[in-house]
Amino acid sequence: MITISPTLLTGCVALLCGWVVVGLAGLLRPGSLRFAGRTLFPLGALLGLALGLLAGASLLGGGTERLILPVGLPDLPMHLRLDPLSSLFLLLLGASSFGISVFAGGYFRQGEGALPGLLCLQYHLFLASMGAVLLADDAYGFLVAWEVMALSSYFLVTTQHRIPEIRRAGFIYLLMAHVGAICLLLCFGVLQGGSWLFTFDAMRAAHLSPGWAAAAFLLALLGFGAKAGLVPVHVWLPEAHPAAPSPVSALMSGVMLKTAVYGMLRVGLDLLGRPVWWWGLAPLILGLLTIFYGVLFAAVQTDMKRLLAYSSIENIGIVFTGIGLTIVFEGSGLETVAALALLATLYHCLNHSFMKSLLFLGTGSVLHATGERNLGRLGGLIHRMPWVAWLTLIGTLAIAGLPPLNGFVSEWLLLQSFLFADHLPHAFVNLLIPMGMALVVLGAALAGYVMVKFYGVIFLGQPREASLAQAHDCGWLERIGLLWLALGCVALGLFPLQVIRVLGAVTGQLIGATVPQASSHWWLLAPVPGRPVSYGPLVFLTATLAVVFLTVLAVRLTYHQRVRRAPAWDCGFGGLTPRMQDTAEGFGQPIRHLFQSFFEIERELPAPADRAPRYRIAIRERIWRLVYEPLSNAVERLANIAARVQQGRISVYLFYGFATLIVLLAVALMS
Amino acid sequence: MTHLPLDQQMLDSCAALLLLLSFAMLSQRRIVTLVNLYAVQGAVLAAATLLLAWRTGEGHLYLSAALTLALKVAFLPWLLHRLIRRLEVYWDTEPLLNVSGTMLAGLLIVVFAFALAQPITLLASTATRGAVGIAVSVVLLAFLMMITRRKAMSQVVGFLSMENGVFFGAMSASYGMPMVVELGVALDVLVAVLVLGVFFFQIRERFESLDLHHLESLKEHE
Repeated sequence: MITISPTLLTGCVALLCGWVVVGLAGLLRPGSLRFAGRTLFPLGALLGLALGLLAGASLLGGGTERLILPVGLPDLPMHLRLDPLSSLFLLLLGASSFGISVFAGGYFRQGEGALPGLLCLQYHLFLASMGAVLLADDAYGFLVAWEVMALSSYFLVTTQHRIPEIRRAGFIYLLMAHVGAICLLLCFGVLQGGSWLFTFDAMRAAHLSPGWAAAAFLLALLGFGAKAGLVPVHVWLPEAHPAAPSPVSALMSGVMLKTAVYGMLRVGLDLLGRPVWWWGLAPLILGLLTIFYGVLFAAVQTDMKRLLAYSSIENIGIVFTGIGLTIVFEGSGLETVAALALLATLYHCLNHSFMKSLLFLGTGSVLHATGERNLGRLGGLIHRMPWVAWLTLIGTLAIAGLPPLNGFVSEWLLLQSFLFADHLPHAFVNLLIPMGMALVVLGAALAGYVMVKFYGVIFLGQPREASLAQAHDCGWLERIGLLWLALGCVALGLFPLQVIRVLGAVTGQLIGATVPQASSHWWLLAPVPGRPVSYGPLVFLTATLAVVFLTVLAVRLTYHQRVRRAPAWDCGFGGLTPRMQDTAEGFGQPIRHLFQSFFEIERELPAPADRAPRYRIAIRERIWRLVYEPLSNAVERLANIAARVQQGRISVYLFYGFATLIVLLAVALMS
Repeated sequence: MTHLPLDQQMLDSCAALLLLLSFAMLSQRRIVTLVNLYAVQGAVLAAATLLLAWRTGEGHLYLSAALTLALKVAFLPWLLHRLIRRLEVYWDTEPLLNVSGTMLAGLLIVVFAFALAQPITLLASTATRGAVGIAVSVVLLAFLMMITRRKAMSQVVGFLSMENGVFFGAMSASYGMPMVVELGVALDVLVAVLVLGVFFFQIRERFESLDLHHLESLKEHE
């Protein structure tokens, strides 16, 4: 008989079980949308909120709790552990999933692929498995939860499984998930270091030779990178995100990618002990490459969800750049700077979780209202859908990195930590890392460009299609979900100091240092002692509001009140239509032109005399042709060679048996 | 050279005869003769069992000798002959490996089998322990025969001959298997031949021939 004391950890476990129960309850009335949508999803959302609160309490307390559940392998029961790092990511999971689940309650419609009850089960299993990944304290439990997460999300991605492209996207996702899982399996195999004990405690205690430790780190980078969407193993992401229903895309992009970041931090900074500085160069370089690659492709997309998927790739690049910097600094003995870089990384995870979920949910509402994902057929929706438009605007500004919203804070912190690269005791590296900073800045600027395109083409201007006049705003459940996430973006942006104080427990656990606060004011963020840098979001907000107010006032006072309405000047061309507004393709054209060598462009231009001209452009990633197609061809060739074993002749099959027998007997004879 | 007792000499000759018959089957292309050779092999096996039973005085060996005689000399050959007549397969086509090549391979196999049997020979305490190598050779030669033939009928004979080898091996290493096992094996062989007989008709009906290369079309194609 085990006695269960009411601790935070047991509370978390109970909430995860609650999610599973809610999911199973969906099977009671699998066809009923009202039951699943109006009852079960909001219930799951409340569980998420409770989980977020428990995790927040644990984070503030800063303690570590352990629990051993009597399930699992005979000699390896399931170990659970709640420490600041897992608390932070549980907080992220709980808080984001609250908004997403509330939204999902109003989102799913009848007759869209899988039954609502089945969706409810898959969705809540997905949530519970992500929680289990964060709590697991042994490799077996971790991998089981990891695989449940991959499988449940696979079924969610292929909700509309009658469409062949969606099945293909699901297959690519499943394939990459398994490649990643194999890397993780090998990684844990290396980490146990000959002790054959698979608890994380045993791995912390294991002493690995430098070569094996580096191998474990690189395997973890590849395995978690495949889940996070790090270039070059990112290919599933732009396929799976558009294929999935919007709440699922939000959950995958906002939360699931962060579980991969969690895993990377857990292995790189916790299980492996003190990292060697040059390991950090791998995530740093790959992260910078990912930022650049993701944002370039985001700039040329015409599908709104695919655009957001590439934007997720870019943000994962920022996070991995932060991880790389942390390891470089930590390995070089600069603990305080490492804590600053880690802080920026964690902060960006939180930010991205809120803002990207918000944007994906916003596109979901647009998709339901109009039935369109193609930017070329949208426009002017701010008049039809004010709730969605204004709340999405907050997410758009945040992800573009504009103060006083949250995206700015984490990018600013990351750039601050880049500035310490000259303290590094390694020649060349301390010169080259600041160049990476230039790349981060370029990425941030281009992200702003992408977001102007995203928001402008969907919500501003005139509707490009007549059917858009029927677009309706979203329902009240959806509004609550969007509002929650938007409030999260604002709060994370306005109160960075308070957030940083909470995050200090995590940096203290992983690095052994916290970021000092140089300023004595509660509203002024000054993370770098001795340097005159500080940021006060509330000051910025007040100043901005004052400027806006004064401008409005000035215009009002000087305005002459004589209105004259006339058609816009059309250069004498005549007959302007909404189709003549700047398009997504047109807006992205400069980027496409400048970075032509990165894209594989297939373009159809109409003939001059064509009465019904059509313009079509398809942009593919070169990586498919350069890396993945040769790889898949090689696998197929190998498989064909192996298939020669199958001859279809009985004599040959008998010969295989005979030869095996002879060989085995010979072996027996030798020994 | 020491003089061996008469019964020992006779047992050794039986073993030698079995090996010789195996080689004869390996080289024989007429299916009727193949079945006859199988019947003779069965008879030699029955004789060897009887000799051993008389020498050791083990009661159950008499029973297995009788069983062998009834099943492998009388019933199965009769069944096979009937099948041959009804299916009209008298000749096997050219084997996959020519006869001299098969014989050379067979020789190598016998050498290998004797090397393999040496540890068992040293361990066993039976009078017939020298014959274990021959039993293994018979099994492997029958296997070789199955590989090199094209007709389903010859493969069945090979399969049956393999069973003879296993039986002889058990007998020479430990004076036979327990009676229950022996009865079971005998029943298995009987059922196998009956089932295979049904299969022959099915195969011929489908492909209008018993030549097994027609089955190659069942292979999976891209």
